[in-house]
Amino acid sequence: MVAAAAAVEREAQWLTELDSPIGDADHGSNLLRGFTAVRAALDAQDPAPAGPGAVLQLAGRTLISTVGGASGPLYGTLLRRTGKELGDAAEVSDEELRAALDAGVAAVAGLGGAAPGDKTMLDALVPGVAALGTSYRAAADAAEAGARATVPLQARKGRASYLGERSVGHQDPGATSSALLLGALADAADGAP
Amino acid sequence: MKMLINSPQSVVADALRGMAAAHPDLEVDVEQRVVVRRGAREGGRVGLVSGGGSGHEPLHAGFVGYGMLSAACPGEVFTSPVPDQMVRAARAVDSGRGVLFVVKNYTGDVLNFDMAAELAEEDGIRVERVLVNDDVAVTDSLYTAGRRGTGATLFVEKVAGAAAEAGASLEEVAEVARRVNASSRSFGVALSACSTPAKGSPTFDLPDGELELGVGIHGEPGRERRAMMPAREIAEFAVGAVLEDLAQVAPADGPVLALVNGMGATPLLELYGFHAEVARVLAERGVPVARTLVGNYVTSLDMAGCSVTLCRADEEVLRLWDAPVQTSALRWGR
Repeated sequence: MVAAAAAVEREAQWLTELDSPIGDADHGSNLLRGFTAVRAALDAQDPAPAGPGAVLQLAGRTLISTVGGASGPLYGTLLRRTGKELGDAAEVSDEELRAALDAGVAAVAGLGGAAPGDKTMLDALVPGVAALGTSYRAAADAAEAGARATVPLQARKGRASYLGERSVGHQDPGATSSALLLGALADAADGAP
Repeated sequence: MKMLINSPQSVVADALRGMAAAHPDLEVDVEQRVVVRRGAREGGRVGLVSGGGSGHEPLHAGFVGYGMLSAACPGEVFTSPVPDQMVRAARAVDSGRGVLFVVKNYTGDVLNFDMAAELAEEDGIRVERVLVNDDVAVTDSLYTAGRRGTGATLFVEKVAGAAAEAGASLEEVAEVARRVNASSRSFGVALSACSTPAKGSPTFDLPDGELELGVGIHGEPGRERRAMMPAREIAEFAVGAVLEDLAQVAPADGPVLALVNGMGATPLLELYGFHAEVARVLAERGVPVARTLVGNYVTSLDMAGCSVTLCRADEEVLRLWDAPVQTSALRWGR
């Protein structure tokens, strides 16, 4: 979560820039507000959350309570559902995390009613989580490729969908932030600070 | 872009502090971002809660008061509020007869209000939801998140608020709210993009000689760009688009409520001049206008431009529209 928060802090301005031509220029600042609150919530927990599942659930609840927009419920649901699947185990295997993330992504698809190809965060999450079987780095790379592949798509969900054909030619900010988070997961797995 | 703010982070809280200082008949929780009509639970009325991103002022907090909303939840700029705010608002206004959520059709607003409805119902509060989706610029709604909610939100909040004030049940208030939405259509044009405090510069580039047709209220570009036209041609285009769509839901000869709404940076001199053209087009097409509002009601920060909203009003809707209202931004008959 610390790596994710750091990644969001680093790239917030860029996410907001991506959100200008097809959205409303706030994706970066919204996620920054959420992940800053996640850091504070984790720091405030004493004793520290029991395991990864508890951390993710707390982070998800915090995002829902602080982000607003569509990103709040969607990212909040992703983390909360993934955390719920992991339960209260102190440690989880890579295989367990993969299964839990599958459930988390399915919950996001259910909530938003979107599918891959709609130019949303799912265009990065679905290929990213599918590639987790290979390695965390492969997942990050697949998610980034998925985010880049949203450029020629016409948005069918979210605010960009109101632009119709004019949404074509822009990279989706939600897919980009999803790729960023899977990149942070890979960094954490590599032991990067 | 120069802005009269302290910082982009504090802009919403600062506005709420100012609102509290200006309007003692509002209870403003700056910390939790909930604006409640003082004494909202007295009188056993159905509660009316709306909310959405900030930047559309006076929508929604400006419409909290007698005969309109019981509470409003302002989100961050152009970002829907969070469920915590909505649940707090529902608790603050529920007198046991239930609460109606008035939700503009944007993914974030819909998701957050749905989550809030679930939480409020767990608290034993009856909740109904009406979705406002009046924007005709979104044509292929099968392939979008549906039509946007824009100017009709004002009609829905006023009429439903009057029904609640008169003691109608939750089901009755929800029914008339849905009826108003179903018979309302809007179309917006932008002469300039707006600047969000977070970005600090215009969200898209619109050259001097061009205008955007079919814009929403979030600074996103519209469906089409054309060379700038005189007000009379813009009015013909906008009213034409609204009437064409409205014809599918109501007979063409009934009276309408008309709203000529400024996006925030267009002066009343221009809005009234534009309205003269709107009134002319409506007269030429044989549409009787029962009531008219001209002004900045559903804005988009500092965007220049306007929108036209028409609602085919039956007798009950007209009566509820005329009922007294006393809020910071809309007031008559009291």
